[in-house]
Parts: sequence; C-alpha cells; structure tokens
Amino acid sequence: MNHERLYETESQLVTRIGKAFLTERVVMHGKDLHHELDHLEWLHLYLFAILGRDPGKNVANMLNCYWVGSSYPDPSIWPNHVAALAGSVRTTPSLGMMAGLSISEASIYGRRPEVRALDFFYRAGKWCEEGGKVEEFVDNEKALGRILFGYGRPLAKTDERIAFTLDKAKEYGFSDGRHLKIAFEVFEHVNSVYGYSMNVAAIHAALAADMGFSCEEYQLLLSPGFVTGMAPCFKDAKARPEGSFFPIRCESIVYHGVGKRNWED
Amino acid sequence: MPSDYVYHSNFWLEEPEESNPFAAKACYCHGYDVYGQIIARAGWFEYLLLMFKGDRPEPAHVVLLEKLALVLANAGPKEASIRAAMNGGVAGTNHSSALMAALAVGSGLYGGSQELEICMRLWQECGQDVEKWKTRLQSPEEDERADIWPAMEHPPGFDPNGDQIPTTLLQSLELLVQFSPESGALAWLSRNRSDLEEFFGCPISISAVAAATLVDLGLDKDQGSMLYLMLRLPGAAVHALEQRKMGWKKFPFYSPAIELEDDPGPYKKAGEEE
Repeated sequence: MNHERLYETESQLVTRIGKAFLTERVVMHGKDLHHELDHLEWLHLYLFAILGRDPGKNVANMLNCYWVGSSYPDPSIWPNHVAALAGSVRTTPSLGMMAGLSISEASIYGRRPEVRALDFFYRAGKWCEEGGKVEEFVDNEKALGRILFGYGRPLAKTDERIAFTLDKAKEYGFSDGRHLKIAFEVFEHVNSVYGYSMNVAAIHAALAADMGFSCEEYQLLLSPGFVTGMAPCFKDAKARPEGSFFPIRCESIVYHGVGKRNWED
Repeated sequence: MPSDYVYHSNFWLEEPEESNPFAAKACYCHGYDVYGQIIARAGWFEYLLLMFKGDRPEPAHVVLLEKLALVLANAGPKEASIRAAMNGGVAGTNHSSALMAALAVGSGLYGGSQELEICMRLWQECGQDVEKWKTRLQSPEEDERADIWPAMEHPPGFDPNGDQIPTTLLQSLELLVQFSPESGALAWLSRNRSDLEEFFGCPISISAVAAATLVDLGLDKDQGSMLYLMLRLPGAAVHALEQRKMGWKKFPFYSPAIELEDDPGPYKKAGEEE
C-alpha cells in the first residue's frame, strides 16, 4: 500500500542538516552555530548552509561579487519596481521585498537564465570532454530552437558587470577555469555568427560551473540576490507621497481590443 | 501632456473623467461596460471566463467553472498550501503573507499548479489517446535541460502516496462530469481512470480532475494555472484566520519530532573536560 510510507514520517524527521535546540544551542551541518560558525560572514554562512560544507573564503568572496554586482538601487528594474510599488502603497517591507524576490525567478532575467546557463556550461563542458567542438555544441542548441541564456541581453548591448566580475575572478583565483574559457569561446562564435553580445549570466554561470555548484545549489544561492537593490527602492518610494510612484493615467493604457459592445440579456 | 510611458492591453479599456485623467469614468472589458453593464447583469464566473477567454461564455461553461470552484474552495488543512497559510495565520502574520505562502506552496509539482500545467500541456499532446498518455506520463519533461522547476517525480495528475481514489475526489469527478461535454476531457478521464490507475499503481489526484475540467472550459495551461491558484485561496484564507484565533498553543510545533542523526552535542571549548 502506497500510503504506508507516510506513517514513517508522520511524527518523525531524521536529518543531518541540523536542529534548533531552543534555549540551549543550534547545530548546522554538525557545527555549533554560535560557537563554530560565528566567525563567518553572513553570505559565507549561507553558502555553508546550502552546501553542507565550507567551500572556503575565495568561493564566498567570489559569490559575494555576484550579489554586490547586481545590487542596483534602481526602481526601473522590474523586481525593484515591485518593491517600490509596495513602498508607495504603504505595505510592509517583508511583503514588498518578498514580492520583488519572487518575480526575480523570471525567464528573461534572474533565476531561469542563471540555471539554464549553468546547465548549458556543464553540458558544453561534457561535450568538449568527449572530443566535440564547442561551436558544434552551440549550433546544435540553436538548431533545436533553444535560447542561449547568457548571450544577448534584452535591454542593453553590453553588460557593465562583466569587467567587474572578471577582475574579481582574477583576484580570487577563478580566472583560469575551463568553463570560463568555454564561455568566451561561445561568445566569439555567437558574436561572429549571430551578432550576440554576452551578459553577466554567462560569466556568472561559467564561474559557478568552475566552482562546482549544482543547478539547485546555484538557484538557492542566488535567490535573495537582488534584495539589496530592493530595500532602498522600497524606502525611497515609502518616503514620497502615497501613490506617487509613476502613476498611470487612463489614457496610458493603450487599448488594442474589440470595439464596445452591448451586454444583451 | 500624456506620459512617455504607456501600457498596452488587448482587453481592458479605461476612459478618464474630464476633470481627472487618472480617474476612470468607465472601464470596458473585451468591449463590455464593466460598471455600466457587466456587474449588474453577469455572475462572477461569467465575468471571470469573459476576462480570461475574451467572449461571453456559454452557460454550461459558467456552471462547470462554478462547480470546479466549489470543488477547489477548500482542500482542508492536510493540503500543503492550506497548511502553509495556517502556519502564517497562527503566528498572527499579515493576511497577504498567509495567502502568499499558500500561493507559493500551492505552486508545486506535487499537487500544485505546476503539476496542473503539465497535465494541461499533456492534454494538448495526448488528447484522448490512452496509450500516448501512458508513455508521456512516465517522462513528461519537455527536454533534458535543468530548469528552475525540478523534474517530475511521479506521473503528473496521480498521487504516488495514494492507493485508491478517495471518495471525495471520486464524488467531485462524477459531479463535474455531469456538467461537462459528453466527449470532453473530463468524460474521457472518468472512462479511462481505472485503466490508468492500474497501469501506474496509484490513483489520480485533484490535479488531473482540475486539469481536465479546465481543458473542457477551453482554457490554456497558463490560464488554467492562474485559475487553479486563485480558486484554492478561500480555504487557505479561512483556515489561516481560524488558526489565528485558535492560538499557537494548540498548533503543532514539530521540534520533538526532529531527530538529528549526527548531533555533536553541546559545544566544548578546546581542552574543556567532559
């Protein structure tokens, strides 16, 4: 009977992630939070919590750059726009920021391109390992009608975060990884054949592949990534008169639908 | 001076008051005057279908959607999205937070809107071909690439933890079939349910029933998913409110149930004796 397996976990959860022994101590992946992990920066601890191991300071510093490099206090960016709207209508910070974060899991920016790009580099790496040429791999993907996430950018031709990220990769010892090399080979190919530019999602994902994150780990790591840009957007909109954040007049909703018709009973 | 920034809509028209361009004098939904006619003459489900589909629905569709809404209105505290809302409610959280929790947890591949979307996509692919269904339900992914959504771990529309179809779901299916087209998806599901359940060794779930209903209503998977998420919120709301009043002392706190396999014990400083 299928349902019988539910009995096992109805009142029991056996785990190794840790536990809060409230009033006493907290264990995370076998370490005492307040005595053995207290020296870690918050983001480094977040990495440890997700991975279940400490990947070292250089990885933490590299990941920190992803966050710093995408912290744009600009409410024109759609997730930030949501946070600003939340401030403008006077809802709470948590609601505003969580709403903004939830729409960061988008298809044209944020989580989906990041996950798809990481998966792309792992598959491209395997293809090359097996003796294939990266150009062939890219052309096969294109022939299947697939978007090459990380190449081309919806709103701009260049990405100001690339140089910043590459400088940091050099500083923390990640500038010679094989996936990063593949990222540039892909760029040269798609640039010459399709005229595509490269955006930071490709660089981030290639470096993430070199650091060895799984797609799920990468998604979890980056999930709160835009929050630092959202907080000032929320606060700024909240400080302005209520409802004054880019208000919309009736005529700014441009109608393309059917003509007026009568509701016959 | 109009704004440089405009939004486009294929179904919603607003006409401004002469004295204030930001206030609407009239709103039209797919051409119908909302405040002048629709609200006075239409029912809630008729208006919903008009909004989603673009035309006034046939009366049978309105009834079918209302019956589905009744079926989905409250799945009870066992259901994960409602339980999520209750976790919000019991702690006195914001009402919107409780509903956001219900929407997030109710979006999953196990009993959530993403599972429903896959079922509706498979309806497009498999139609009423039972052998096709048997093949596609075993590997419903579109391709091998990783995505923000994980891979399905069970045939979509089935409950891997179930044995037979629960009476309540069977009642729902049989009732919905009565209001659905004779050769439609619900009727097909009802006829082929036992065969499929035997093949997969587990019963169909509410996702399969809701998906077939939404297919019979002529909705696509995105429209279906949105409606599924919305229509399950009433139960989440009321259970959240109830737990808020009930109080946290009566609400489960699972700490004693959590067993740490590799507990290092209380922290000891270097050199500290046992």
